Amino acid sequence: MNIKNFTIVIVYLLLLAAALVPVVVVSAQQPTPSDDQVNAIARKLYCPVCENTPLDVCPTTACHQWRELIRQMLAEGKTEAEIKRYFVDYYGARVLSEPPVTGINWLMYIVPPVLFLGGVYLLFRAFQTWKRLGKDPVSGADKPAKPVVGPEPTIGSGLAASDEYVARIEEELEKRK
Amino acid sequence: MSQEPNRNTAPLQKRGVPPWVQIMIWIGLLGLLGLLAAMLLKAKNPILAIHSTVPNFTLTLFSGSEYNNAQQVRLSDLAGKVVVVNFWASWCQPCASEAADLETAWRSYQDSGQVVFLGVDYVDTGPEAHAYMTEFNVNYPNGPDMGTRISQIFNRNLGVPETYVIDQQGILRSIQIGPFQSVAEIKAIVDPLLGR
Amino acid sequence: MLAQFGFGVFVLTFLLSLFSMVTAVLGYFNKSDRWVETARRAMLLTFPLITLAALTLIFLLVSGHYELEYVYSVTSNAMPLYLKITALWGGQAGSLVLWSWLMAAFASAVTLRKWERDRELLPWVIVVTSVTLAFFLSLSIFYENPFVRWWQTTGGEFVQRMFAPAGAIAITPTDGQGLNPLLRHPGMILHPPMLYLGFVAFVIPFAFAIAALVTGRSDDRWIRLTRQWTLVAWLFLSLGLVLGMRWAYDVLGWGGYWAWDPVEIAALMPWLTGTAFLHSVMIQEKRGMFKQWNMLLIILTYSLVIFGTFLTRSGVLSSVHAFSQSAIGPMFFAFIGITFVTSVALLLYRWKDLRSDVEMSSMFSREALFLLNNLLFMGVLIVCFWGVIFPLISELVTGQKVTVGPPFYQRANAPLFGALMALMGVAPLSAWGKSTFKTLGRALWKPSIPSAIVPLVLVILGVRNWIAMVGFTLVALVIFVTLFEFWRGARSRQKKTSEVFLVSLWQLARRNRRRYGGYLIHISMVVMAIGILGIELYQTTTQKTLAVGEDIQIAGYTLHYDSLAQFPYTDGRIVTRAVLSVFQGGKFLGELYPRYDYYPSGQPMTIAGVRSTLADDLYVVLVNWENVSAAQTPFKVYHNPLVNWLWIGSLIFIFGFLVAAWPVSEADIQER
Repeated sequence: MNIKNFTIVIVYLLLLAAALVPVVVVSAQQPTPSDDQVNAIARKLYCPVCENTPLDVCPTTACHQWRELIRQMLAEGKTEAEIKRYFVDYYGARVLSEPPVTGINWLMYIVPPVLFLGGVYLLFRAFQTWKRLGKDPVSGADKPAKPVVGPEPTIGSGLAASDEYVARIEEELEKRK
Repeated sequence: MSQEPNRNTAPLQKRGVPPWVQIMIWIGLLGLLGLLAAMLLKAKNPILAIHSTVPNFTLTLFSGSEYNNAQQVRLSDLAGKVVVVNFWASWCQPCASEAADLETAWRSYQDSGQVVFLGVDYVDTGPEAHAYMTEFNVNYPNGPDMGTRISQIFNRNLGVPETYVIDQQGILRSIQIGPFQSVAEIKAIVDPLLGR
Repeated sequence: MLAQFGFGVFVLTFLLSLFSMVTAVLGYFNKSDRWVETARRAMLLTFPLITLAALTLIFLLVSGHYELEYVYSVTSNAMPLYLKITALWGGQAGSLVLWSWLMAAFASAVTLRKWERDRELLPWVIVVTSVTLAFFLSLSIFYENPFVRWWQTTGGEFVQRMFAPAGAIAITPTDGQGLNPLLRHPGMILHPPMLYLGFVAFVIPFAFAIAALVTGRSDDRWIRLTRQWTLVAWLFLSLGLVLGMRWAYDVLGWGGYWAWDPVEIAALMPWLTGTAFLHSVMIQEKRGMFKQWNMLLIILTYSLVIFGTFLTRSGVLSSVHAFSQSAIGPMFFAFIGITFVTSVALLLYRWKDLRSDVEMSSMFSREALFLLNNLLFMGVLIVCFWGVIFPLISELVTGQKVTVGPPFYQRANAPLFGALMALMGVAPLSAWGKSTFKTLGRALWKPSIPSAIVPLVLVILGVRNWIAMVGFTLVALVIFVTLFEFWRGARSRQKKTSEVFLVSLWQLARRNRRRYGGYLIHISMVVMAIGILGIELYQTTTQKTLAVGEDIQIAGYTLHYDSLAQFPYTDGRIVTRAVLSVFQGGKFLGELYPRYDYYPSGQPMTIAGVRSTLADDLYVVLVNWENVSAAQTPFKVYHNPLVNWLWIGSLIFIFGFLVAAWPVSEADIQER
């Protein structure tokens, strides 16, 4: 289920193998990393020349080369983080699926929550004001609509209440006709 | 519900929008429009204009490729020389058709010391790039476009091959989109800049 | 000759819409009903005229007039008739014609009514729609003319012009390039018109809102008049989005349906504000509150429509959906600028007139929960808007492009969507006016019990992912609450009228369609959420290069590679097709036929082999970018659990919508 963990384990094992037997089998290649291992990393990277296409589903020759590059780096025992760093160094930050948190990119992550929390605050404050106004007995001349569907204080307290509730709906519908 | 008050009579204080909020709204709106306008201009003119000064950049060279015994070339260090910046990639087929011509042209200027050719390898993979340079016997300084920083200077929508010729004063003088067809074509651009 | 005719009609319609605008303005300021009536009739005429031009273009497409650049670029001899017709929206120029056509349809439909009671609004409704129409027509006339033809100049160059350049010879190619293969799919045939219908229809509520602002009518009239229009716009926008997802799933071959591509988001944004509007407008109708906010929302919705269209078509963004670089950018920018500035100025000017008394005694009343819903939709909007805009800012400031991809949107939006689902579960039980924590809790506990079983079942089934637990529990809560509401209403009606239960249910829904249709739409949304949770959390994928006779395993399935065949198809494409047998636990389940087609134009198209059940989809792609041979065939297999519920949900959605919005009588609109 968890490809990421799987990949980490595999990469770890490869690293371990690389550390243990570097001299003994100089000529023997590491087992070639499988397509799945390559794709697990490729799907987190974006094609540097096409717009908004993840590397694992990109059909161009260039992307094929990049996937082979990932395979080669995996075979060399590079970790996912190292591969990503290499890609960013060579092809720019746009290969990442999210902007790295540096410089102006902070705005990317800060602005939406700030705006949203601002909205929450405004709404909360408005609620407070409205509540006060609601309790205010000095009712304005132009309180439009007393609730059409009136308050349902007994809602949910048994079927009798529901009857009342449906009756009100019916009544309202009759009025509308 | 069917009452139709034209303009509600004011029971509560009918405040308009406070001026500072209005100002902020306008700033936000104009900012957005400004951004769109700027991007539109950029999308319309993605390429650095001819006769404009080329911003400085640094090209880190491939191992085995060097300029003046250094692994880096800065554009500002090349003042007084004509600089031919060629963007290429190993996966680009048209690039291959001009590779030999570029090499020949470079060799013809090599002794004069007045012209520098820089090959910028655009979003490419190392091994293939080296294979390409070996195959076409490319000997002038070449390096990867790290982080696509150099290509972004010249063309937002860069495609390879593209070649930019910069004169002795650091001013962009010629843009070639697509491959050169012959050595003569390259020389026809560079020679006038050398006063030949 | 026909091309000139079509172009002539276009120019005529353009002038007519300008005329309509001018007479409407004159009529308003001179208080002359005759002028307004003239404007109305001019508006009415635009639809038949554009229909004429559009039919001309369709005829040219169908009959293979390749001397026209547009016909040449989107059709070919080998294409079947229905594709030649749909090629109308296969390119920028044609899709603008479709846009204007639909626009005129709505504008004319709205002016069919005489609007005696709302005569003062009429001139400004006409002004807004005719300006918009004139704008889109001008794009077609001046920049993206579908009627231009090929010429060869004296210098030997091939050029596209409406009229012959001096000394040029007319060129008539014998065959065209054909439609982009990606667009030759049923989903793509319906997706653009649906989306455009949704986009275009929002101009009607917008026009009425602007008319109300200009004339200073601060009552709810504009909302009542445009309620059906808004619903229709929203339906088509929703359908357009769903069809787009289906198209992506079937055709793009990456095992998903939504990539958080900027262009997808551009279409989603008006849907978000539109949905928020549909909810908050009920507060205004029931309680007369939040006039300002509703006005703001509808203006925002329409602004996002044209903003999204601008992003897609101006070349500012590039993406899979984007039309190629085009000259319409500056013109479009001017239109957007005018629309935004006018709307904001009007809104600020009338803001205080729109102020309404707010009376809200409880944070658990239905109106309070609706506001919360609006806040959450605005939250999603902020995330989406910023995600689309930020790369532009970044590129402008640092000169470097950045990508904002799915992880950002998923992380930011998942909690918001979760909260929205929770609201869907709670809000239907709350009452207008006074609903307290206590009454709400009392209403909620019954449907909560069966929902609480869901996480237990999931744990027993071995689910450990907490997002899945929360998600599926919320799905269950919404379904149970909604069914409970149906049951409660029908049951008490039954008691009163002693009808059969089903009859009661029917009567209940029939007499309060908007409420119960809305509930059905809630159910459809969470049914879709089942599919989304399934694919987002549990999608697995594997890729392997097989020789004939070898197997590939995924999620308990075994796929046996039987054979590979390559053959030409009648329309000239070369089809490469593999046959795989699917086994589960040794049992044969069926065959899958992933394939890819190479079109004569050199464009490949990947068509996945999909085995679809309620539990999961098995989605096999022949990876055409690798070298394919019988001895070495790369396959990519996706296992997409529950994804079918996404499509089932969309069917329920349509049903719920029909319940909610089946036309009500004119008298009803007038009265309410």
